[in-house]
Amino acid sequence: MTSLALDGRGRRDPGRSPGSRRVAQALLRSSPLLPAVVLLVLFLAGPIVYSLYGSLTNASLTGPRAADPEFIGLQNYEQLFANPQFWKSVVLTLVFVIASALIGQNLLGMGLALLMKTAHGPVRAVVSTIVVVSWVLPEIVAAFALYAFFASDGTLNIMLGWLGIEGQAWLVVTPMLAVIVANVWRGTAFSMMVYSAALAEVPPEISEAAEIDGASGWQRFTRITLPMIRRSISTNLMLTTLQTLGVFTLIWVMTAGGPGVESSTLPVLAYQEAFKFAQVGYGTAIATVTLVLGGLFAIVYIKALKPEVD
Amino acid sequence: MRQTAQLVTATTALALVLTACSGSGDEGSGDASTITVAYQKTDSFFQLHDLLVKSKAEFEEANPGMTIELEPIASQETDYFTKLALMNGSPDTAPDIIYEDTFQVRPDAAAGYLLPMDEYLAEWEDWDQFPEGIREAGKGDDGSIYGVSMGTDTRGVYYNKEIFEQAGLPTDWQPENWDDLLDAARTVKANVPDVIPMNVYSSKAQGEATSMQGFEMLLYGTDDTLYDAEQGKWIVGSQGFEDSLSFLKTLQDEDLAPNLEDALDTNLPNRVSGELLPQGRLAIAIDGSWVPGGWMAGDNAWPEWEEVMGMAAMPTQNGQAPGSTSMSGGWLLSIGANAPDPQAAFDFIALTLNEENSFKFATENSQIAARDDVASNPDYVAFNPSFEFFSSLVPNTNFRPATPDYAQISNNIQVAAESVITGQATPEQAAATYDEAVTRVVGDDMVTEAG
Repeated sequence: MTSLALDGRGRRDPGRSPGSRRVAQALLRSSPLLPAVVLLVLFLAGPIVYSLYGSLTNASLTGPRAADPEFIGLQNYEQLFANPQFWKSVVLTLVFVIASALIGQNLLGMGLALLMKTAHGPVRAVVSTIVVVSWVLPEIVAAFALYAFFASDGTLNIMLGWLGIEGQAWLVVTPMLAVIVANVWRGTAFSMMVYSAALAEVPPEISEAAEIDGASGWQRFTRITLPMIRRSISTNLMLTTLQTLGVFTLIWVMTAGGPGVESSTLPVLAYQEAFKFAQVGYGTAIATVTLVLGGLFAIVYIKALKPEVD
Repeated sequence: MRQTAQLVTATTALALVLTACSGSGDEGSGDASTITVAYQKTDSFFQLHDLLVKSKAEFEEANPGMTIELEPIASQETDYFTKLALMNGSPDTAPDIIYEDTFQVRPDAAAGYLLPMDEYLAEWEDWDQFPEGIREAGKGDDGSIYGVSMGTDTRGVYYNKEIFEQAGLPTDWQPENWDDLLDAARTVKANVPDVIPMNVYSSKAQGEATSMQGFEMLLYGTDDTLYDAEQGKWIVGSQGFEDSLSFLKTLQDEDLAPNLEDALDTNLPNRVSGELLPQGRLAIAIDGSWVPGGWMAGDNAWPEWEEVMGMAAMPTQNGQAPGSTSMSGGWLLSIGANAPDPQAAFDFIALTLNEENSFKFATENSQIAARDDVASNPDYVAFNPSFEFFSSLVPNTNFRPATPDYAQISNNIQVAAESVITGQATPEQAAATYDEAVTRVVGDDMVTEAG
């Protein structure tokens, strides 16, 4: 970069205004980004635009609409917004994201990170291994493990049986609770690692100085530690939210969105409409709504936590 | 210097990605000497696989240079349809020969996935062996034939005579109406408590089994049906629809059905035939005529079934004429629209469904034979004691509405049934939701009020 800049400054071209020269220079400087931009447009923006278009058609997996889908404008969205099951799915998705990602994974992850900071070496090693194992498992394996845990003749009920308590069919009676606990179990390790790294970056001098000034442990945490790791919190909230918003395998394996529609979050609903009920256009509309929902969450975090301002 | 290196790296990466993309078009099923066959195979449905392995060897021997590539799809029925539809989505992955359920033929033909077979059938001398009613199963909306039937089926009531004896019920049983069915289930529950009294498929997870073996077996025994064939319209607001849902609700409310966890299990059909019935854990099951096929041989062989299992016709709601009801479907072999050598593909189908091979499949898979020469073969009738019974149901049997919309409407039947057994809707609410959904699928002018 520096050599280009020097080149530019060294030569004077009387025929061009400084403004257009700066533009040309900026273009030249960003030219190495071009391949990356092309790739992003091709593989990221392309599918999104295509799915937006798909949601405006009545494309289907089979039948006459599979051969030549018609453009039907916003009909899919009208149908969707008039469907009470869709609104139920939106609520379930929000509950799932807020309970399992925002509250569960983040608070638990932060708590674990704080405890680990003060824990002794061997304790730390054992705890972090156990937590990380659940995260290392491939999603499908984790989903089967949790299915086996919550099933009515599964691990949980057997353990409750030892205590003389009769369990229940958790996946049927409390499907949302089961998938929320499952997602917390699976995702906490990620938050814990992010927060552990962030906490390690907080210089101990500041905290010690505050301690000398008489700040309590809670005050030091809320006034010093939290503001200093604000950017990590924002990033982590964003990542866990978006990951959780997209969780499909876990729910599909454990409850398949059921019983009925009691645990059909938006991705499950989209899959069901598109691939089980063959209404690809309608399913794509649901996927698009999920995308918008993720965008809204992202905007809220960026606004609320202002990661770029120091 | 550094940015030059970056530029080179980035450009190379882009070039690599683009080459990778363009390269994928070359593979796929463009090879005319290979015929790919897509079909379903599970631990309880292996008979078709056995048949195709046999006919593959015969075909390859008779046609040197040709290769049959078997592509078994190990999925339950609902996933099988999804996978097939996705394979058909691109000419590169579309199979040349497809094992199709009758109700999928019309939508798939309309989607352009299947090849009309008329010109090949016209020259096939065996085609005369297929009666007109059986040929109809492969007909598309345009009147062309898109598949050759492998056989048909009926559905009835299986009951475990040993459990019935324990419960004090007659071992030679024929319920006259729905109340007889419920009473028997209640008696089983009271006297043999560890046994599931009755199974009627009723959740989305079991897909078409819920629509056909479950709900439609009830509905077609009421005074109503799904579809008014004369007017060509779908029926909404029928009492029979609500009553059928109420029957499912009664089973669930009185604990006469499998618990919800089992009821919502995708594998329930396999478990009923491979586990629950043979192990004596289920007293009454409404299921298809093919079930004994899995007991004759294979992993779940159960030679005692002939003594233990009884079979009864499904009664109508109040015993109204004709007294019993049944549903019939069946599967076909179709040719993919993009098959590079349709004649070879047809030749393979003709070989797979010749007299000898049809006999093998009809007997091993407990099919009601499609071909006249097989159906009239005394060895076929004698092969399996259930054949005579299930063939006797044919006069009162019903077929699913043959329209491309059926598949979507069937999904809504499953939604209605599941919402009732999980207590999320009353039969009345679920029926109303179904009516709305049907109207949405086919349009206002294609539905008619029951009356």
